Amino acid sequence: MLGHVVPKKTYFLIFGALLALTALTTSVAYLNLGQWNTIAALAIACCKATLVVLFFMHLRWSTRLMRVVLISALLWLAILISLTTTDFFSRNWTPIPESWETSRLPLPSPPAQDELRTSRQ
Amino acid sequence: MADSHAGAALAHQFEDLEQQHEAASLGMWIFLATEVMFFGGLFAGYTIYRNLYMPGFDAGSHLLNVTIGAINTAVLICSSLTMALGVRAAQLGKRKTLLTFLICTLALGLAFILIKLTLEWRHDYLEGFAPGLNFTFAGPHAKSVELFFCFYFLMTGVHALHMVVGVGVLSVLLALAWKGHFGPQRYNAVETAGLYWHFVDIVWIFLFPLLYLIGGRY
Repeated sequence: MLGHVVPKKTYFLIFGALLALTALTTSVAYLNLGQWNTIAALAIACCKATLVVLFFMHLRWSTRLMRVVLISALLWLAILISLTTTDFFSRNWTPIPESWETSRLPLPSPPAQDELRTSRQ
Repeated sequence: MADSHAGAALAHQFEDLEQQHEAASLGMWIFLATEVMFFGGLFAGYTIYRNLYMPGFDAGSHLLNVTIGAINTAVLICSSLTMALGVRAAQLGKRKTLLTFLICTLALGLAFILIKLTLEWRHDYLEGFAPGLNFTFAGPHAKSVELFFCFYFLMTGVHALHMVVGVGVLSVLLALAWKGHFGPQRYNAVETAGLYWHFVDIVWIFLFPLLYLIGGRY
């Protein structure tokens, strides 16, 4: 026999937990928690993904090599998202010298509402 | 080669079945790492533009149907369960059980795509939410809402494309399982297809809250 045979009961437990978490994340969205809505939605999604990876994808019983691959994937993802967002959200923190005026990269501003339909037709 | 069955299942470049099994899984995990980066670019773009145009993205999110999104999430979770049980059947050499669960997974995958296509995309198109085709939404923040729908169609579209590929892979597995190709010594293809299928499920697990829920529905 190759690989670890997981008991059926485990799969059904994880399945139940995933459905319960889906119901939870959907109902939490109907409560006004301010910015905690975003945090709760992402935290629940991370829990669900962890359950799928550990049990359905057998990572719990896999060799260290597989874990290294997953962890490196998550590390590169963290670099991608954190470096991109720090660039975008910190651009206006320091004043830009007057002499740099021509090479200035301002944050895109939301388009004016009245030019909406005119640009389209 | 003491065991003739093992001899048939073992490719000559591997020391033993255990090593062959690990190599197959490792290959799929590395492919999935590249997929993480593929979807990661979209998620990073979504994060930045949502923060720049928050009101429009929230307004766009409120135009989506949460109930259908939640039902589709449940459909995908069911398909992940049947896939996991299918891999288990292959591990134990139960051909009939494997066939049953592969058919269940295939049906649930097709159900997801059908729900997406007929109840969501078609509805969004008829409502005039399709950027570049017929975007006619004229409420507040219309330009930002249009950008939200660009992300919505691209991300759900690329995810659905992965589902279509998964359905194709499952069909091939079904044909092979029908011929009795798999056994306790030889089920790497089922295992790696399972890894892929669960990964596509995980992508949806993140897409559902990000697109449908994150702005709050109160």
